[in-house]
Amino acid sequence: MKDTTLVVAGIATLAAGTFAIRLSGQALRARITFPPRARRLVEAAAVVMLAALVATTALTQGHGFAGLARPAGVLVAGVLAWRRAPFVVVIIAAAAVTALLRLAGLS
Amino acid sequence: MGSISRTLGRATLRDIALTCLAVFVIGLSYGAIAVASGFPLWVPAVQSVLVLAGASEFLFIGIVAAGGNPLAAALAGLLVNARHLPYGLALPEVTGRGWRRLLGTHVMNDESVVFALAQPDLPRKRAAYWACGLGVLICWPGGAVLGALIGSAVHNTSAFGLDAMFPAVILALIMPDLRNRLTLRAALAGAVIALATTPFLPAGLPVLAALVAVLLLAREPVTVP
Repeated sequence: MKDTTLVVAGIATLAAGTFAIRLSGQALRARITFPPRARRLVEAAAVVMLAALVATTALTQGHGFAGLARPAGVLVAGVLAWRRAPFVVVIIAAAAVTALLRLAGLS
Repeated sequence: MGSISRTLGRATLRDIALTCLAVFVIGLSYGAIAVASGFPLWVPAVQSVLVLAGASEFLFIGIVAAGGNPLAAALAGLLVNARHLPYGLALPEVTGRGWRRLLGTHVMNDESVVFALAQPDLPRKRAAYWACGLGVLICWPGGAVLGALIGSAVHNTSAFGLDAMFPAVILALIMPDLRNRLTLRAALAGAVIALATTPFLPAGLPVLAALVAVLLLAREPVTVP
């Protein structure tokens, strides 16, 4: 690590800024009366970003493709969740399928 | 907090516990990766407590380890964490006042928000939010510190498929929302946008670019209760 002072400043910026973001959403909500339609769009926005987070963490690594094993595991988990399998089964299946595919030589 | 178990029921509590376990495991890999990248133990330890947002912390470590400016890395992390703004707007009043408000604000994360939104009424939303938020507040730094201590021992998390757990957890948690056809369409469009922009946008931005897909809902007739 090259410059401890700069790293401390970076961590402090990230921590304080993240707290401010977390606080401002709640503060705005208290001041603005949200019509049902806007509320629906904002809730959808959170789901859309989470879905994007699922897609990118499942399929990509850095700027490239993550390989087949991880998305295959997440796909199996998605099908199980869609068919209302217990949460435990869904998560363990994701890890197990990915691990088995890697054991079989697939990256 | 003894009322949390009565309010939530066993099934939801088990789901929250398993989610926290997944967070702990990801924390292990985070701590180990940070130390392996040349950071001293206090960096993942302090970051995991004060930032408490995994994706942005991974990003910060990655950019600084690759030689990037820590302040630029912090800005990238803030872009990743911008999704907490609509989270705060979407949440009902779950935090309370005074120090509860400060702590409750700090434990706002993907998992606690999704568990809260999935509950049918305010008491259960509040209980789920706090149970998951406090669980993550313990498990994420706990995993990070233990991972940093173990160091290279858990380097091979990929052999056990543990990297598939994070997307699987989030996917399972948003599944109730995805049963709404219009939400599903917007979510799929958002996922495609994020994937298409990942090769050339800086890390974290593809998830924000996905927000364009919310426009698909602009003409939806209002049928919200």
